[in-house]
Amino acid sequence: MTGRIVIRGARVVDPTQGLDRVADILIEGGKVSAIGGPFPAAGASVLDAKGLVAVPGFVDMHVHLREPGFEYKETIATGTAAAAAGGFTAVATMANTSPVNDCAAVTEYILEKAALAGKARVHPIGATTRGMEGRELAEIGEMVAAGAVAISDDGKPVSDPNVMRRAMEYARMFGIAVIEHCETPELHPGGVMNEGYWSTALGLRGIPRASEEIAVDRGIRLAELTGVRFHVAHLSTAGALASVRAAKARGLPVTCEVTPHHLLLTDERVGQYDTQAKMKPPLTTEEDRLALLEGLRDGAVDAIATDHAPHHQDEKDEDFDCAPFGIVGLETAVALSLDRLVRPGLVSLARMVELLATGPSRILKVEGGTLAPGSRADVTLLDVERPLRVEPRSFLSKGKNTPFGGWELTGRAVRTVVGGVTVWALD
Amino acid sequence: MRLQNKDLLDIESLSAEEIALVLDTAVSFKEIGTRAIKKVPTLRGRTVVNLFYEPSTRTRVSFEIAAKRLSADAINVSVSGSSVVKGESLLDTVRNLQAMAPDVLVMRHPASGAPYFVARRLQAAVVNAGDGMHEHPTQALLDAFTIRERKGALARLRVAIVGDLLHSRVFRSNLRLLTKMGSHVTVAGPPTLIPPEVEKLGARVAPSVEDALEGADVVMMLRVQKERMQGGYFPSVREYFRFFALTRARIERARGDVIILHPGPMNRGLEIESAVADGPYSVILDQVTNGVAVRMAVLYLLAGAGAEAS
Repeated sequence: MTGRIVIRGARVVDPTQGLDRVADILIEGGKVSAIGGPFPAAGASVLDAKGLVAVPGFVDMHVHLREPGFEYKETIATGTAAAAAGGFTAVATMANTSPVNDCAAVTEYILEKAALAGKARVHPIGATTRGMEGRELAEIGEMVAAGAVAISDDGKPVSDPNVMRRAMEYARMFGIAVIEHCETPELHPGGVMNEGYWSTALGLRGIPRASEEIAVDRGIRLAELTGVRFHVAHLSTAGALASVRAAKARGLPVTCEVTPHHLLLTDERVGQYDTQAKMKPPLTTEEDRLALLEGLRDGAVDAIATDHAPHHQDEKDEDFDCAPFGIVGLETAVALSLDRLVRPGLVSLARMVELLATGPSRILKVEGGTLAPGSRADVTLLDVERPLRVEPRSFLSKGKNTPFGGWELTGRAVRTVVGGVTVWALD
Repeated sequence: MRLQNKDLLDIESLSAEEIALVLDTAVSFKEIGTRAIKKVPTLRGRTVVNLFYEPSTRTRVSFEIAAKRLSADAINVSVSGSSVVKGESLLDTVRNLQAMAPDVLVMRHPASGAPYFVARRLQAAVVNAGDGMHEHPTQALLDAFTIRERKGALARLRVAIVGDLLHSRVFRSNLRLLTKMGSHVTVAGPPTLIPPEVEKLGARVAPSVEDALEGADVVMMLRVQKERMQGGYFPSVREYFRFFALTRARIERARGDVIILHPGPMNRGLEIESAVADGPYSVILDQVTNGVAVRMAVLYLLAGAGAEAS
């Protein structure tokens, strides 16, 4: 694959090895062969990384690459380019494409496209049910054999508890996690934002927090019944987090992810009907936001994931009811985490690496999330002092739909290395 | 003095002084409606487009008459459903309107916030004639005009607002206006139709209609859309009438000089008893008369001399 590479003089932060010190990283044949040094430059290409931080490549376990079927919103090529530019070496992409990724042929198509695009690694997530229609099981085993790493009907929660139970029982055999978009849509017909003061003030139909909480509680009970690993996607409420925390305390194999926007914004951000603040689950209250931050610290939260959901500008340029749910996140998540979570001391850099690399890799059981010798050389280099102004127009993603446009951040990824190959570098 | 913003999108962003300005301006325009020739040249040469994405009779007619009495050219465009059929986005509709250079766009739309979307992209003044469940500012202004006419002032009144509060833009505008002007608003209705955390907007939620009416100076009844019954918000017309309608018996709890408002159209026998609607306390038809004067004032302040001074 690649020859000898030395990443010279970076502060290496890798919680899987308890590592946080300035060292060289030696890469041979696309794998990390040693950390320490100084390693000789002779016969190696040397990346000067003094003043930078080297971490295991970030893994976004929840994105929508939109291909096949919605190439006008995003393609695997543009989505993985955005991932690399945001510091992610791998992404897991959801099944709500057209056709739905509910069989091996679609899974293989995604992987072939990803191999050609040559940027970040792509881990397909298969659908839970055929066509994501919530009735019959998708060909879960076939998809796993083809390379799917989990199943989820993300965006269209499985309504029938019996179908969910069967999916969980069946998925357990393959050792994969069942990822659920926890929502009870029957509870809030037409709901477009969090139900509360702001939905009342703006006259928008609300989505009560119980919508997510009911579904999380149901999932936990079914996980207990079936023994499957159950992962809550984009958890957003204090109540749902309390349920996950309690399930963990009882020893159940339950995990969850939260998004940067739920960690940093509240429903007040809808402001004067800004469709860039419309997503599912909706932005919730300050009380929820603070609970999620606490969950990052105490371990109740296992991962930060973006739910990168690109839409065409014409779709978002509509009234609030009409505009689609979802925002992009691949090119802002790392900088937001560095500036708004690590810099104010809410989490350590090592904990950020756990949340954005190690945690998601473990949940998906994919290689990555570590720089331990012998592991794949997926490395992200960070400059924690480098400023970044969020400019949606310059995103590599086709989606420019972000509520963070104009934010001034300090700290960002400056180089993304996948299997020893630099797939993106600043400047 | 003039209005601070290019548009009239909501009551929320109006100051008490601006509200008073609209009402004071409307007083002189009301007189025009009593003349034999009900027309002044104030807005001659100005174009007012009434763009209605929802069916409406009285609000559309009221704006049209207001524009015509001011000598503006008024054009009515009804697009309920037609834009969806044509597949034209709201943005494209706005661009087309802009190309025709209207001075005022009066807009009703089923989506809360749609007039904000339009106002940000249009040079013309935008008047919100009702957006979804959000606001209906000219309705609140004409209600305030009617109340002030009868009560002399808008401060320190006890106002009861009863009915489907959840879906009501009339309610949201009135609540904001009345609390801004220093009155006290108590609301009542089926618990399924009370918006969450409405207390934070300044309303007291009464446990019953009887409680809300106790000592009220003003009672404002809201229209119940019968579709809400199918939506499961309440069990039947009979039950709604029994617990939530304004009846002669209930009105006894209010002050002796109470006035009763309704934005219309009324469902007689559902939210209001006919004897009350047509009775001595009712100012429902005054509201309609005043609606023209208040809308003339709004058009004048946004497109007339008041606006030119800026």
